[in-house]
Amino acid sequence: MDSLIAPFLNGTADGALLLIAALGLALTFGQMGVINMAHGEFLLAGAVCAFWTQQVVASTDVSILVALPVAFVVAGLLGLVLEATILQWMYDRPLDTLLATVGVSLALQQIFLQNYPSGVPVEKPSLLDGQIDVLGYAWPLRQVFTIVLAVACLAALGALLKYSSFGRRIRATVQNRALAETLGVATRSVDRMTFFIGSGLAGIGGVAASLIGGTNSQMGTRYIILAFLVVVAGGLGQLRGTVIAAWTVGVVTAYLADWTTGSLAQVITFVLVVVFLQVRPNGLFTVRTRGLA
Amino acid sequence: MTGQDYVEVQGLTVDFDGFKANEEVDVTFLQGRIHFLIGPNGAGKTTLVDALTGLVKGTGRARYGNLDLLSLKSHQISRAGVGRTFQTATVFEELSVLQNLDIAGGVHRKAWGMLRARKGIPDYVQEAMETVGLADLRDRPAGVLAHGQKQWLEIGMLLVQDAKVMFLDETVAGMSHEERDETGELLRRIAPSRTIVVIEHDMDFVRNHADFVTVLHAGKVLAEGSVADIQGNPRVQEVYLGRNIEEVSHE
Amino acid sequence: MSTPTDVESPFLPVAATPTDRRRLPRSSPRLSRDTVSLIGIGVFAVLMLLVAPAVLSDFRLNNLGKYACWAMVAVGIGLAWGRGGMLVLGQGVYFALGAYAMAMHLTLETAGPDAIPVFMILYDPLAPLPGFWEPFRSGAFTLLAVVGAPVLLAGTLGYAIFKRRVKGAYFAILSQALAVALAYLIGGTIKLTGGDTGLSDFKYFFGYDLSDPINKRMIYSITAGLLVLCLLVVWQLYRSRFGELLVATRDAEERVRFLGHDPANIKLVAYVTAAVMASIGGALFVPIAGIISPKEIGAAASIFLIAGAAFGGRATLFGPVLGALLLGYGRSSLSEQWENGWIYVLALMFILVTLLAPEGVASIPRRAAGLLGSLRRPTESRPPRNTAAKETKS
Ligand SMILES: Nc1ncnc2c1ncn2[C@@H]1O[C@H](COP(=O)(O)OP(=O)(O)OP(=O)(O)O)[C@@H](O)[C@H]1O
Ligand SMILES: [Mg+2]
Repeated sequence: MDSLIAPFLNGTADGALLLIAALGLALTFGQMGVINMAHGEFLLAGAVCAFWTQQVVASTDVSILVALPVAFVVAGLLGLVLEATILQWMYDRPLDTLLATVGVSLALQQIFLQNYPSGVPVEKPSLLDGQIDVLGYAWPLRQVFTIVLAVACLAALGALLKYSSFGRRIRATVQNRALAETLGVATRSVDRMTFFIGSGLAGIGGVAASLIGGTNSQMGTRYIILAFLVVVAGGLGQLRGTVIAAWTVGVVTAYLADWTTGSLAQVITFVLVVVFLQVRPNGLFTVRTRGLA
Repeated sequence: MTGQDYVEVQGLTVDFDGFKANEEVDVTFLQGRIHFLIGPNGAGKTTLVDALTGLVKGTGRARYGNLDLLSLKSHQISRAGVGRTFQTATVFEELSVLQNLDIAGGVHRKAWGMLRARKGIPDYVQEAMETVGLADLRDRPAGVLAHGQKQWLEIGMLLVQDAKVMFLDETVAGMSHEERDETGELLRRIAPSRTIVVIEHDMDFVRNHADFVTVLHAGKVLAEGSVADIQGNPRVQEVYLGRNIEEVSHE
Repeated sequence: MSTPTDVESPFLPVAATPTDRRRLPRSSPRLSRDTVSLIGIGVFAVLMLLVAPAVLSDFRLNNLGKYACWAMVAVGIGLAWGRGGMLVLGQGVYFALGAYAMAMHLTLETAGPDAIPVFMILYDPLAPLPGFWEPFRSGAFTLLAVVGAPVLLAGTLGYAIFKRRVKGAYFAILSQALAVALAYLIGGTIKLTGGDTGLSDFKYFFGYDLSDPINKRMIYSITAGLLVLCLLVVWQLYRSRFGELLVATRDAEERVRFLGHDPANIKLVAYVTAAVMASIGGALFVPIAGIISPKEIGAAASIFLIAGAAFGGRATLFGPVLGALLLGYGRSSLSEQWENGWIYVLALMFILVTLLAPEGVASIPRRAAGLLGSLRRPTESRPPRNTAAKETKS
């Protein structure tokens, strides 16, 4: 029984982490068409924030709660800087945003590697130290926490996009920039805000990641590719697709890792996603418009 | 076959997730007659051409010779001799006029020949270049051509392709009066051996050059006939909100 | 859409305007561009095959050979990305195919007939040689695999991907994902492939002793010769009708479809050719560098491979080669003195090039001249490029 339940629960937690990373991408890539390869390194920044706050705030429980907003703001600011210095000149050249941010990502990885050659040692909060029993499997509370965090991010983002006036402005800008401008939407500030939030989400993901596994300079690369595939597989601009895809990838990888080895599981998951995209190049859910057709 | 080419469309329906951009369209395009498709924005004119050239899926039948265009892929349709232009001129901007035309003739070449450099200018390319009047600009990159010249280049490419059926989507939009007239004459000259279908909003142009007009509205055929028939048709006038056709259809 | 009033009549001759002059090679107006390029390749061949061996030490020449391997990959990237518009972020995959095929052969050759490689003995002295290693005892099979494996893999993958019309960013990420996956796979199968430590300590190369500098010089010459050959191949492709069609496909894929071509096939040819070049580069890298490991093929390595083409000018004939040679040199000389600095330089280069000179540094003088020219003749500006044709995805 354990061998069936454990991968499911662990995979769900992994999927939740992936979802947080992918939500940010869904916003910056799905809505703005910018391919930010440094998004993964914003995750690292989040993990570093978790580490820093622990240096300042003694209680591990409190510090993690402080770390979340700090990481959100720090990663968000990184995103803002990136947008203002590089990306804003390239909105009409999506592939170039990819290349330029590859450069940024290389540099950030190197900075991380030089400062924390063996990753950041984030202490696990004592409150999350325990396990809960699920059908005989002792499920670490830290994983439950990640899932709660992912659901919270999802709900917040969904509500923001759907109900707030900011959400309406994002949608207006995405659908028709010129028209939105003539209607008085300040599209530049919408861009910046979108980028801030999207990048900030990566920061939150980083805090969660630092609780679940170790951190290292390659972590970003691994998440960015998977997260990107998740966004694409879910269908652009479709949050529910992203959720399903992230969850599926997490759980499937966990089972595969259980049956084979960790690295082989990664490979098989990649291949499965690629095959899926062969069958449905537009992802799970698609909005049919002429622009995408 | 009588030597008279035609494309016969029957019951063509294009369904975009429940929205029918074309519904039960019946229309026949005949060789030698310049056939205009008109209708308000969103009437489904471009969609009709898209369906006939394999860009979107449609149901029904579209017979050309012994082929059903609706069951073929875009490049197969093109090889069968059915060509089209796009609403926004799409020539290969970085290639020269000559290269653009030459590429259009590539289908008839063997794969191995593709790997060799061009030597001299093939007759059919030279001929097409002269027909559309771009011979003197042959080494100019297509990207620097004027808007009208790009449209002619596209028609030239169809000629090199030896397209027997040509769908021209809003070719004269944005052209000056002189350019329109020249385009009209050009169509007239190439029409006899071809089936030409032109999508157009400009009623002056339609009046001057149409042999036959089909009016689409909300995806369906509203009326068909000569220019005079169409202009006198009360249903057409009604669709254009009771106003004069010219007023509404000028964008 | 504005209608210029000075538009020429289509049926009247038009005088050539000064824009035409820019298209001709400035130095020798009577030679065609192709001939000039061919002469350029000749000069390059002389430099690489005669001058470099004469003036460089064994060590430097070996290093140059390593850069030449990367340059070979870059030539292919120029073809696939520069001319074909396929952002091949994961050429490390094909580099790896050639490299590991060669490395397995050299490892077995070093081990001797019927013996199993040393690293395997360390894990299990009695284990039999894994089945997929066996054929690589044969040198002929290895050479065949260096060319055949990338054809097969790139052919199948490319066919599946291009037929589904996957392109733009999706294609880029997919190809990078494959490189990362392969690096994981090799890293995670230490008993079969040497894992993260890779394969190294080769003693022989098809019977030649690798510790003898003369033999290393011979391998350099083979590499340089093949690099020149790669250049000749793309030179011919670029001047052929195929080359024109490839550029046409890059700029307006849909339009090409309506010319009766299947763009998937056109892209496939370019993609497979690029893969083969990467594989050959990888195969020669092994005896020259003396080691191959997942570090040389993963995401970061693949990005380094594409950097040369981006830097030198991806759509030009010489840009990728020169860019890759220069970056290779920069990488080894910088990382000798300033270990970590190299990455920052590479990162900065990526950012600056994409930001300021997306067509590579080779385009800077031309762009500057164009800018000056347009300042002097403000009326003669080029119309905006058709960006819609370069959609991320369709
Ligand atoms: N891929 C698509 N998905 C969904 N709806 C579409 C798609 N393509 C076209 N439509 C819709 O089909 C209708 C007909 O469009 P079409 O482009 O054929 O009109 P048209 O007659 O060519 O108009 P115009 O004169 O503006 O060019 C429009 O309402 C359009 O929004
Ligand atoms: Mg239309």
